[in-house]
Amino acid sequence: MSQSIDVAYVSELARIALTDDETKLFQGQLETIVDYVEKINGLDLDNIKPTMHGQVSTNFFRDDVVSPSLDREAVLDNAPARTDSEFKLPKIVEDA
Amino acid sequence: MSKYLITIGLETHVHLKTHTKMFCGCATEFGSEANTHVCPVCLGYPGALPVMNGEAIKQCVIAGLMLGCEINHYSTFDRKNYFYPDMCKDYQITQMEKPLCIGGGVTIDTPEGSRRVRIHHIHQEEDAGKIIHYARHSGVDFNRCGTPLMEIVSEPDLSSPDEAMAYLHNLRQILVYAGVSECNLEEGNMRSDVNISVRPEGQEELGIRAEIKNMNTFKGIYAALEYEIERQLYIVKKGGTITQETRRWDADLGETQSMRTKENAHDYRYFPEPDLVPVTLDKEMVEQWRAALPELPAARRERMVKEYGIPEYDAGVLADEKPNADFFEIAAKLCGEFKTLSNWFMTDVMCLLSESGKTITQCSLTPKSLAELVTLVKKGVINGPTAKELLPELFNDGLMPAKMVEERGLAQVSDSGALESFMNEVFEANEKSVADYLAGKKAAAGYLTGQVMKLSRGKADPKLVNKMIAEKFAGMGG
Ligand SMILES: [Zn+2]
Repeated sequence: MSQSIDVAYVSELARIALTDDETKLFQGQLETIVDYVEKINGLDLDNIKPTMHGQVSTNFFRDDVVSPSLDREAVLDNAPARTDSEFKLPKIVEDA
Repeated sequence: MSKYLITIGLETHVHLKTHTKMFCGCATEFGSEANTHVCPVCLGYPGALPVMNGEAIKQCVIAGLMLGCEINHYSTFDRKNYFYPDMCKDYQITQMEKPLCIGGGVTIDTPEGSRRVRIHHIHQEEDAGKIIHYARHSGVDFNRCGTPLMEIVSEPDLSSPDEAMAYLHNLRQILVYAGVSECNLEEGNMRSDVNISVRPEGQEELGIRAEIKNMNTFKGIYAALEYEIERQLYIVKKGGTITQETRRWDADLGETQSMRTKENAHDYRYFPEPDLVPVTLDKEMVEQWRAALPELPAARRERMVKEYGIPEYDAGVLADEKPNADFFEIAAKLCGEFKTLSNWFMTDVMCLLSESGKTITQCSLTPKSLAELVTLVKKGVINGPTAKELLPELFNDGLMPAKMVEERGLAQVSDSGALESFMNEVFEANEKSVADYLAGKKAAAGYLTGQVMKLSRGKADPKLVNKMIAEKFAGMGG
């Protein structure tokens, strides 16, 4: 087993709850995918720049002009819990 | 007892002065009602796409140029993934691989002379929302979420809390001069994380560092550094080891405290932001921006000394805050009395500023009204004490001095006939002082001048009165 990915750890980072069976299942599947992508490293890549984008364009900017924001009532109604003006959370004890 | 070296580095987050957020058109205006400047982009709704604010990129580059950085002509954005309720899309768009500005520095004065504190890089990112803590719950306001934030990362070149203060003071001054940020500490425009470590002298490698997060007052940073240095020295001198950790400054208790963070809290899994294309800055445009850069504080001090013939000390005080220097220069051009104006500003005006807690742009004094006041004294229309009495009304109510002098009949009495009769009256009523003077007690003249001033209800020209009294005594053989 190559252990190219630790699914239990990555799922914790991503806040995705997996059962043990699911962890095992995805471990196998994702390893196959990662190992497949790893094959690229076997090639001579010295003169090839990493591709960050499918796009080749650059400099897509917006002018610094204010546009209307959303109506607060509508925004807060989307929240799982709200007060008159804020999103409501359980009390946070630790700032991290 | 071996000596210990202290190493401090700062990561300073500064709000840019744009009208809108980094990736959406919501206003950045401070102090609005909670959650009124939000939209699908800054609330991280699925499918919403960020569009970069070109002005924010320009301001970050201008900051970099002012600080002597190299500008990256090809710059990209990355995602920093973390889960915390202040960032609803669960990642922050920032720059990890190719930030906009590299290198640069801030010159500070130390007792050993001036020194350049190096900057590692400046990257552009977005701010998070604000969490408000209540007794039984917490609330989130996303107005600040997405505000353009540049992060200025220093090299660990600082070795005391005083040096850290000098660095922050000069950095703030340069950014305000650059016009890219208000650097208003009360509004959270400038916040710093500090890294501190200690090591015995002679040891090459830096000690294990602690990081204190998110402080927004210089006073707090100073106190936190002092506390943390003492804490670390106490541990290492006892032979203990410092834990690499993030700490929080508790201003009420005056101490730093460990923040129990999860082991994987710092695994951000950065990757290139797929929703934004790279930024390329052509050399010609950057050179145009460089050519149009505003004056640096040090250059301004030098120019003010040359242009107005004021002492270096005055230029330093005036140029410390850019709005003060701007005010002075406009007033100087109006009245031409440079050193007198500088004295007025540095003493009386600054005293009113500190008493009222206002800045020069918040009070009602204008360059025109101060210039007029100085001119009235210069021309002998009013005397110094009268001018000092008028100043608070210029400052608080925006009144113009020439009009006040006219309406209230405050013009100085320099008519020698009128002064002559006041003087004779005083000499008759104060025979003892006159005799004292003639007997050699020259200080008595001052008392007599005071009495003449009193009779004129403060409107006499004290210099002229002095002269007339001296002449009268000379005539009496004194
Ligand atoms: Zn928005």
